[in-house]
Amino acid sequence: MISARSGRIAFRNARLIDPASGLDAKGGLLVENGRIADVGPRLFNDAEPNDPEVIDCRGLVLAPGLIDCRVFTGEPGAEHRESLESASTAAASGGVTSMVVMPNTDPVIDEPSLVDFLLRRAAATAKVRVLPCAALTRGLHGETMTEIGLLKEAGAVAFSDGDRSIANARVLRRALSYAATFDALVIAHAEDPELTLNASATEGEFATRLGIPAAPAIAEAMMVERDIRLVELTGARYHFGQISTRAALNAVAAAKARGLPVTCAVSAHHLMLNELDVGSYLTFRKVSPPLRSEADRAAMVEGVASGVIDAIVSSHEPQGADTKRQPFAAAAAGSVGLETLLGAALSLAHEGHASLIQVLATLTSAPAHIFGLPTGTLAKGAPADLVLIDPGEPFVVDAEKLHSRARNTAFEGRKLQGRARATYVGGECVFDAR
Amino acid sequence: MTSPDAAPILKSSHLLGIDGLSPFDITALLDLAETYVMQGRATDKKTALLKGRTLINLFFEASTRTQSSFELAGKRLGADVMNMSVKTSSVSKGETLIDTASTLNAMRPDILVVRHQDAGAAELLSRKLDCSVINAGDGAHEHPTQALLDALTIRRRLGHFEGLVVAICGDVLHSRVARSNLRLLSMMGAQVRLVAPRTLLPADADRFGVEIHTDMKSGLAGADIVMMLRLQLERMSGAFVPSAREYFRFYGLDRAKLAVAKPGALVMHPGPMNRGVEIASDIADDVQVSLISEQVEMGVAIRMAILDALSRRLP
Repeated sequence: MISARSGRIAFRNARLIDPASGLDAKGGLLVENGRIADVGPRLFNDAEPNDPEVIDCRGLVLAPGLIDCRVFTGEPGAEHRESLESASTAAASGGVTSMVVMPNTDPVIDEPSLVDFLLRRAAATAKVRVLPCAALTRGLHGETMTEIGLLKEAGAVAFSDGDRSIANARVLRRALSYAATFDALVIAHAEDPELTLNASATEGEFATRLGIPAAPAIAEAMMVERDIRLVELTGARYHFGQISTRAALNAVAAAKARGLPVTCAVSAHHLMLNELDVGSYLTFRKVSPPLRSEADRAAMVEGVASGVIDAIVSSHEPQGADTKRQPFAAAAAGSVGLETLLGAALSLAHEGHASLIQVLATLTSAPAHIFGLPTGTLAKGAPADLVLIDPGEPFVVDAEKLHSRARNTAFEGRKLQGRARATYVGGECVFDAR
Repeated sequence: MTSPDAAPILKSSHLLGIDGLSPFDITALLDLAETYVMQGRATDKKTALLKGRTLINLFFEASTRTQSSFELAGKRLGADVMNMSVKTSSVSKGETLIDTASTLNAMRPDILVVRHQDAGAAELLSRKLDCSVINAGDGAHEHPTQALLDALTIRRRLGHFEGLVVAICGDVLHSRVARSNLRLLSMMGAQVRLVAPRTLLPADADRFGVEIHTDMKSGLAGADIVMMLRLQLERMSGAFVPSAREYFRFYGLDRAKLAVAKPGALVMHPGPMNRGVEIASDIADDVQVSLISEQVEMGVAIRMAILDALSRRLP
C-alpha cells in the first residue's frame, strides 16, 4: 500500500544519477511528504542533516525508481501464478517502483470498471505503483475497439492487446485514429499472427536441428513496417512494446528519422540471450517473440547504445509448472523478469556498450516520457520514487530466491552484476537490503 | 403567389447538389420559400401551381421524413404524387438503376425525387431521364434540400449567414447532410467547424475551408449554431466509435457542452434523433434552443419552393 509519508528522509553521500537532467554527481537528496524536496551535489555538504531518518548511501547510486513498461500479472484470474501483491514485492526488490500491467488477464481489462478494480486492488495490496494498460480491442479479439476515452478517464495509461498483434489493418487503422483523438498511447506487439501461428522459435538452423515449429524473424519487421504506415496515416502515438530484430530496429529508426511519434522497447532477455540459449529444450527460455539469432541480439544492444531503442523492459510473464513443464512446443511462453531487469540492463554498462546513466535512462526517464509520468526523475517536487543501487554487486540468479510467486526465469544460473539495495515509493521504503 | 410563367430562378432543370448553385440561387430559393411558409400556415394550404404535373418519389433507402415532406410539398402545389420504394440487390445495383430509370421515363413524370444509398445515383438518373431530378440524398455525397431547409431555418432566426459560427458535430464521414451544409454555409459566408472523433472525419476535411475540431469544448466555443448529426447504430459498436455511452460522454450534446457555445446558441438536428447518443433529450425538447421542429416545417416550405423553381423550367 502506497501512502504519502509525512516524515523527512535525508540521503547523503550518494552518487546521484538523474538521466532526466543528465546529473551524475556525488551529493544528497531530501525527501519530504513523499516528494523530492531538495537534491544536489552540495546538499548536506556543509552540515550533517538533522532529520529523523538519515541514510548514508556510502557512495552507492541513488537514481529514480525504475519504470517497467511491460509486466504481465495473473490478477485478476490467475492469482496462483502472480498477484499484484506478489508482482509488486518482486518489483520492489528489483528496484522497480512503477509497473505498467498488461490487460491479458481473466477477465481482460477492456472495461472502465476493470481499470478501476485494478487501481483499487493495487492501492490495497501493491507495494509499487501499478499503471494499468487497457485492451485496445474488446476481449483482445482484434475486432472492435474499446472505450478508449472512458478507459483513459478511469486511469488507463496506454492501450494494447498485450502479447497479441492486431491482424486486421482496418481495425488497427480505426483504433489508431480513435486513439489519436484522445492523444492515447497505443502499445503494439509486432508479430504477424498467421506467419507465427504455432511457432515456438525463430526459423533457422538451430530450430531445424531441434525440430521445433518455427517462424521467420521477418514476421516482426513486417508488422512494424505496416504499423508505422498506419501511424503516419493516423498520427497516433505508438510504442512497440518490444522489438527483437535488426530489421525491426531499422524500421523504427527510419520512422523516428521521419519524425513519426514512434517509440520502442526491448526486453532484458532479448538483450542477453539468443536462440542457442534454448539449449536442450529449456522451456523457461521460451519467450514471445522467440529468442533470436546472435546477430539480432547484438543489434538490440546496438539499438540501446544508439538510443533508437527507448526503453528496456522485463516482459515479466509468470508461468507455473503446469504451463512450463511441457514439451517445448506445448509449453507456454514467458519469463519472469522484474527482479533481473536492473542486473540484465546494467550488463550493457559493465560490458562497455553504454554508459551507466544511459542504461538508467532506458529504465527511468525514457519510460516516464513515453507514458507521460511525473516519476522517473530526481527533480525537485517529483514523487520520491527512488532506488539505491550497488551497480557492481555480483550475484547468481537463483529462481528459489525470487520474490515473485512464479519462478520461471530465463536467467536461472546466470551471473549478473548490479542490484537494488533499497527501494522507495512516494518516500516510503518498500524494499531494504542495505 | 407565384405563377407558372414567373421568371426562372435556377439555371439547371435538376437539383443535384449545393455544388452548382450560386449564392444568388440560394437566396432566391430561400426568398421563394418564405411565401410557402405562409401558405403552409394558412387554412387552405393548397394551390394549383403544379396541377396536372406528376411527381415521383423514388426511394431506394427508407426515409419517412424526407419522403413525406416531398409528398406533402407536391400535394400542396397540386401535383399528382406517386411514392416508389425500391429494395435493391447489391449485386446488380447499376443495372437495376438504369432499368428503373427507363421504366420510369416511360411513365412520363415531370419531376423525380430520388434517394439512393450510392453517391452519384441522382446524377446518373438525371442523365437518363427527360424529367427534372431532385437529389433527396445520394450516399455520403449530397442532400441539398436538407441544407436548404437548414439555411431557411437559420436565416429566419438570425437573419443572415455572414460571420455565423456553425459547428457541425458527429458522423461527418458518412454524412451527406454535413457535406451539403458545409458547402452551402461556407458559400454564404458562415464559418463552419467540423467536430468529431478522428474516425468520423473524412480525409482532407481541412481542405474545405473549415475548422476541424476533435474536442466538443473547443469546437463549440462561441458557436451560434450547433448542428448535430445522426450516428447510425451500426457505427457505434466498435467499428468507428467504441460504444454509444462513450460517444455520448465525449460527443453527445448535453448542457455542459452546450454551455461553451455562444449564449442563446441554437441547436439543429436533421433527424431522426438518437436520444442519449448524439443529443440529450432535455436539449432536443427545449424549444428555447432546439430548432428541430422548425426544421421539419421549413422542410416542406423549401421543397415547395424547389418544386416551384424547377417547374418553371419544365416544358
